[in-house]
Amino acid sequence: MPLVKGGHIIADEFVRITDDAELPAQGAILVSETRLLADPQALLGRTGGKCGVIWPNNRDVDDLVPHLDRLALVGLVFPSFRDGRAYTQARLLRERYGYRGELRATGQVLRDQFVFMLRAGFDAFEVKKQADAEAFTETVKRYSVFYQPAGDGRISALHQRLQLRHSESAGL
Amino acid sequence: MYAYDEIDRTLVNERVAEFRDQVKRRLSGELSEDEFKMLRLQNGVYLQLHAYMYRIAIPYGTLSSEQLRRLAHVARRYDRGYGHFTTRQNIQFNWIKLAELPDAMADLAEVGIQSMQTSGNNMRNVTSDQWAGVAPGEIEDPRIWAELLRQFTTLHPEFSFLPRKFKIAITASEHDRAAIKIHDIGLRLLKNEQGQTGFEVLVGGGLGRSPFIAKTIKPFVHGHDILSYVEAILRVYNQYGRRDNIYKARIKILVHELGIEKFAAEVEEEWQQIRDGVLKLDDGIIEDIRSRFFYPAYETLPHMPDELKQAAHDAKFEAWRKNSVSAHKVQGYAIVTVSLKPVGKPPGDATADQMDALADIADKYSFGEIRVGHEQNLALPHVRKRDLPAVWKALEAIGLAIPNVNLVSDIIACPGLDYCSLANARSIPIAQEITRRFANHDTANLIGRLHVNISGCINACGHHHVGHIGILGVEKNNEEFYQITIGGRADEGAELGTLIGPAVPYAEVADVVEDIVEAYLALRARPEELFVDTVKRLGVEPFRERVYATR
Repeated sequence: MPLVKGGHIIADEFVRITDDAELPAQGAILVSETRLLADPQALLGRTGGKCGVIWPNNRDVDDLVPHLDRLALVGLVFPSFRDGRAYTQARLLRERYGYRGELRATGQVLRDQFVFMLRAGFDAFEVKKQADAEAFTETVKRYSVFYQPAGDGRISALHQRLQLRHSESAGL
Repeated sequence: MYAYDEIDRTLVNERVAEFRDQVKRRLSGELSEDEFKMLRLQNGVYLQLHAYMYRIAIPYGTLSSEQLRRLAHVARRYDRGYGHFTTRQNIQFNWIKLAELPDAMADLAEVGIQSMQTSGNNMRNVTSDQWAGVAPGEIEDPRIWAELLRQFTTLHPEFSFLPRKFKIAITASEHDRAAIKIHDIGLRLLKNEQGQTGFEVLVGGGLGRSPFIAKTIKPFVHGHDILSYVEAILRVYNQYGRRDNIYKARIKILVHELGIEKFAAEVEEEWQQIRDGVLKLDDGIIEDIRSRFFYPAYETLPHMPDELKQAAHDAKFEAWRKNSVSAHKVQGYAIVTVSLKPVGKPPGDATADQMDALADIADKYSFGEIRVGHEQNLALPHVRKRDLPAVWKALEAIGLAIPNVNLVSDIIACPGLDYCSLANARSIPIAQEITRRFANHDTANLIGRLHVNISGCINACGHHHVGHIGILGVEKNNEEFYQITIGGRADEGAELGTLIGPAVPYAEVADVVEDIVEAYLALRARPEELFVDTVKRLGVEPFRERVYATR
């Protein structure tokens, strides 16, 4: 699956490690939440490279919080694109717990979700279809107006109007 | 009336462009039907029994005459010349072609009408009292808040893929015309002891196969905090609402399974973390939204003009006036309810010609404004009392001076098996037959206020659970049967109806309704006692006996 980050299709530096596989000495690794929680010290204290986790969408992110500052990547899961639990997890990680590492959308990731995902705090996307990945830059420009504030810092329409009024009255 | 500005229009146009691209990708095969389904639903497009159905939002039920004319245009240009007004302040078109949908959408966008989130597992059209802003005694115009919520819920980045659909309704009147207790979130605007404006928040109401009346989760949430409180509810629901079973995915099930206290505690915990964040409203923002609502420049008029006194001699006019005209907060004005329930016609349908004519009537007599109510009727919210006879004549000319508002033939019905792919039984022909049985105005008037609600399947789009008489179509051995409940109501005293006995076959439904009505006329304590109050006083037993004694 193509990976989009920073608006470009890039090679994935992380290697997925199954729960029973041996850890490679070098390189960035991506593990399951079970493996991470079984021995966080071994994984997060590893000197050979960065560590990321794929966090399931039915488990509280509270359990992940103690490890956040040492994680290079948190992958959240969209088992189907109809299942939107990971949007809430993303916002909580970014806005409440201040996670600044890579927040990656995985699973059924289609172009029609990019705007929602960006606004919820995702910055990396394992896109299901090549065509969608290629259309990323164009797709995320679809909307220029946002009604509600989220964690992405974009100004909401409510505040945009107030600003317009202020600048209009200031110009008089 | 809320006027869309450049910001609103930009968003709607961007949405239309997005959908045009999605339709193109579907038609080229780039999108599978499964992928497209969710996207089209989020734009109000259903694949129904015969064709695509297109559902359009009328936020809090307020329409301008220009918008109504544009709906007429869509009915004429892209459909079969009529539209169907629904119980959630939407209008539906039943015969639209997929390839033409983006054009229809673009035509509507020009006048600030859109169909965002009129289906799908997201926050639906925010509904309110159709008399908002004109009802006497209202706390304040609830549409200000409905508009704030409309904006908050539109394309929300966290809640566009919820476990199930999510419906919010708001009222600001003592008498609840918005049916807030059968919504996922019901909001009742009020002032607390300190004179601050806020809301009683109710949660977990809904009909369908597991009907619930909403429970109060918090008796008072300050207006400044309403968005953050709603966000807290939605966040708890999005995380913990069931996704394993579509029938158990609504918030009412989560509230029921956790219990309201535990659910409220979860919401409270979440809310405390976000209440002073970016969603906090200040008076400046609220006033800015308020300033974009148009309010008519009312004249000083007499309470009882001569034109009205004279017209009172006409029995036909009086019959209509008595149940179609309601008190207005401004002296000399009235609210006119336009029944869309002619005898023998599908409830809630209006033709393109009727819509155009109504737009003209609204321009001439109601400051260009029309309202849509959950009873599938329309209203003219600001009519000078002296113009009432002229309005009546104008309505009569288009077949809409129907004197049956709130009477037994003012039926709420879903489209049923004639249109809907989910239905098990017909609704419209049942409604038509009942309207024929009670076509005599004097009889209907003698019976008084009586709400008949019909659903063609357990999904309860016709709100049968809360009909004074509720009729639910079910299928048994490939035959249509109907379960009858009585004693339901959707107002401030909302209750679910009680089943009176075994389901009856299609051919007997109208007879059963007649039996129930006859029983009521014999049993009521006095002529003013409403049907639903008689049922409350006596229970269902005497009605059961009357209906089943001979069956």
